[in-house]
Amino acid sequence: MELLIQLLNGIQYGLLLFLLASGLTLIFGILGVLNLAHGSFYMVGAYLAFWLTERTGSLWVAIPLGLAIVFLLGLLLERGLFSRLYHRDHLHQVLLTFGLILIFEELRSVLLGDDVHGVPVPALLSQSIPLTETLSYPIYRLFISGVCLAIAAGMYAVIQKTKIGMMIRAGSTNREMVQSLGINIGLLYTLVFAVGVTLAGLAGMIAAPVSSVFPGMGNQIIIICFVVAIIGGIGSIKGALVAALMIGIADTVGVVLLPEFSGVAVYLLMAVVLLWRPQGLFKVA
Amino acid sequence: MKTPVILIAGSIGIALLPLTGSVFYMQLLSKIMVLAIFAMSLDLLVGYGGLVSLGHAAFFGVGAYAIALLSPKYEPASFWLTFPLALAIAAALALVIGLLVVRATGVYFIMVTLAFAQMLYYLFHDTKLGGGSDGLFLYARPELKLAGAKLLNLEAPVHFYYLVFALMLGVFFLLRTILASPFGHALSAVRVNEQRMRSLGFPALWYKLAAFVLAGGLAGLAGYLSACQFGFVNPEILSWHYSAGVLMMLILGGMGRLYGAVVGAFAFVLLQEVLASDRLFGPLAKHWQLPMGVFIVLIVLLAPSGLTGLAQLAKQPRAAVDG
Amino acid sequence: MAEPVLKAARVTKHFRGLTAVDNVTLDLAVGELHAVIGPNGAGKSTLVNVLSGDLAPTSGSIQLNGREVARSSADERSRLGIGRSYQRTNVFAPFTVLENCRLAAQSRSPHPLNWWRRAVSYRSVTAAAEQALAAVGLESRAGTIAGTLSHGEQRQLDLAMCLATDPRVLLLDEPLGGTGPQEAARMVRLLDQLRRKHAILLVEHDMDAVFALAQVLTVMVNGAVLACGKPEEIRLSAEVQRAYLGGLENDV
Repeated sequence: MELLIQLLNGIQYGLLLFLLASGLTLIFGILGVLNLAHGSFYMVGAYLAFWLTERTGSLWVAIPLGLAIVFLLGLLLERGLFSRLYHRDHLHQVLLTFGLILIFEELRSVLLGDDVHGVPVPALLSQSIPLTETLSYPIYRLFISGVCLAIAAGMYAVIQKTKIGMMIRAGSTNREMVQSLGINIGLLYTLVFAVGVTLAGLAGMIAAPVSSVFPGMGNQIIIICFVVAIIGGIGSIKGALVAALMIGIADTVGVVLLPEFSGVAVYLLMAVVLLWRPQGLFKVA
Repeated sequence: MKTPVILIAGSIGIALLPLTGSVFYMQLLSKIMVLAIFAMSLDLLVGYGGLVSLGHAAFFGVGAYAIALLSPKYEPASFWLTFPLALAIAAALALVIGLLVVRATGVYFIMVTLAFAQMLYYLFHDTKLGGGSDGLFLYARPELKLAGAKLLNLEAPVHFYYLVFALMLGVFFLLRTILASPFGHALSAVRVNEQRMRSLGFPALWYKLAAFVLAGGLAGLAGYLSACQFGFVNPEILSWHYSAGVLMMLILGGMGRLYGAVVGAFAFVLLQEVLASDRLFGPLAKHWQLPMGVFIVLIVLLAPSGLTGLAQLAKQPRAAVDG
Repeated sequence: MAEPVLKAARVTKHFRGLTAVDNVTLDLAVGELHAVIGPNGAGKSTLVNVLSGDLAPTSGSIQLNGREVARSSADERSRLGIGRSYQRTNVFAPFTVLENCRLAAQSRSPHPLNWWRRAVSYRSVTAAAEQALAAVGLESRAGTIAGTLSHGEQRQLDLAMCLATDPRVLLLDEPLGGTGPQEAARMVRLLDQLRRKHAILLVEHDMDAVFALAQVLTVMVNGAVLACGKPEEIRLSAEVQRAYLGGLENDV
């Protein structure tokens, strides 16, 4: 039964990773930009959840406000900075986004300090479902999983079934052709970028009550995101989901079974996958 | 590859600095020269091999931890024994990781090198292998003995300084020789057009692996010296922040020009010293990473071929072919 | 005719949903120039890629001097004696013309991995490179940066690099593409000379050159071989004319 709880935690962690990694893989797959600072948006989301909940008294109010702020931030950054990176090689993208990480971290330090904060779980979701006589599972964690699954389904629907999704898929393979069809690819890219980082912000916001809000949280999780993208295959949302779940479960269960090596387990998994399939599990054509 | 005047002048300056007697500057320059070795090793990999590694600090860290772990607790270890051993360990690790990552290209390569470096970071951070997150102390620097007599006393700043200087020059000339050799020419060509090299009969992967191992070994050399200098190692020197920092030195100085790595190391550390100086900036100094981050963004946007690239442009108005 | 040096049998290449090369069989022998023609999209370049190793075949056999190489990598095949030139410029743009060829020649040197001697000190390697450049007529441009060459000169360089690896088999993908009449004539003379010591596969759209040079002609349409035989027979074949709609008389 305890294993069931760990399994549920693992799935929840995996789905959260998916939310993050999907934004990363979307931005890379379609815009061709490797954004090291993706984790910073996760951090921004978490800190906004803390700060706005303190100001407004309710996480439910904080979330839409925070998402709007992150979306706006994404729009501004894309227009001002990232649009200059589309034709640059990956080294430059890596370094520039690394510089951004430093800027984000220090700005946060200047504006909100370096303390660790908690965010209270909203009253509506603070109950737990009883599993046995002594053990129960927090509803909020199920909520997190639910939100992530809903987003996953939504993304699938948009990308596969709508006109915008078709433009996105086309734009990733043939930018000039899409442009010549009269579609404003600049606007499309701006939207994709803003949505991608907003997904990261959302992840940060809903995760805040369970993972707490602390400096460096973005940097910690970005690497795991990369591992998810590597294992799943960069550009593949399906791959991101499978890989994220694999990692989420392996990591969470691993902490219980082999606490000292839990950090390493994820990378060993990555090494094994790479030996077998150098381009990830789901190669995007 | 012609050596510019500034390098010759700089080398003379470095050689003469200890005459000023300032221990502070000797230690600062020792630190910079060690990082210059680190940066040069990365230039081989990135600037000439085209292999953008975000995990190079792993080998630096392994070299540092090697000497810390190989040294007896309070006595000096033998330099002749530990120096080649630490290099061999770093190179061996580079071989193992290289075999796994060298088939990856482009973004994948960046990400897997990053991930493997993080694995090593967690290995040292979470386990008792290297003292965990607290790190390890190196209480006595290795001794350089010949036939029972001490050749150099590495505890003395001047001796250590000249050892580092000699090694930096040695690495520079070694790499210059290698890059001018058939192997070096082939490696550069693999960076420019790997597919064509294959169709000409070169097993491109082995060249990349060789570069990876050599770069890893040299990074380990730098780590060894760094551990000796500071007497302390901790997992942070394996972190990707550290890897990104040395990449930054490369781009600041100018990649693919070997001496650009040296220039970059100097510029980066000096900039850091200035920005973090509370004499200049008072209480704001502790947020030095903010102006540093802005500076990095500006360099990448405006001067991606670095200081040496700008210098070249200034000399010849005709645009130089560079990366 | 001499024993074939390269034997390709039932070579097929599938991509997702597309069969680019369909059951192609052909032989290459020293002293023979075997031309492959066909409309755009017929799979000619893909065939060259599969024979050279830049692409792996889905099925089929490729034998070089009796040795099966279908599963060998491009660099292995090159070392065994297969050389190719590319349709789209594929040189080392930032290096000089001489360095481009020197690298090609270096691959055959007994010391390609040497790391302590200066590369340019290997006289024999540089000499082989200069020879290759002279063969294609680029010796006067040895010091020029390859990226600044004209299109026609880059095709010449591409061929020179291929020659500098001293191959037995030459797979040439449209070496005359974009060259002017003088350069084209020179190239034709060169290819005729090379034919004597090499087995050549020539993919070309320039029909004058094809008919001047080829001993054997293969026509490909939609990835498959439509006809194969002596050039004059092919020219008169009703089937081929139908497929081309008179295109054999004009440059495609």
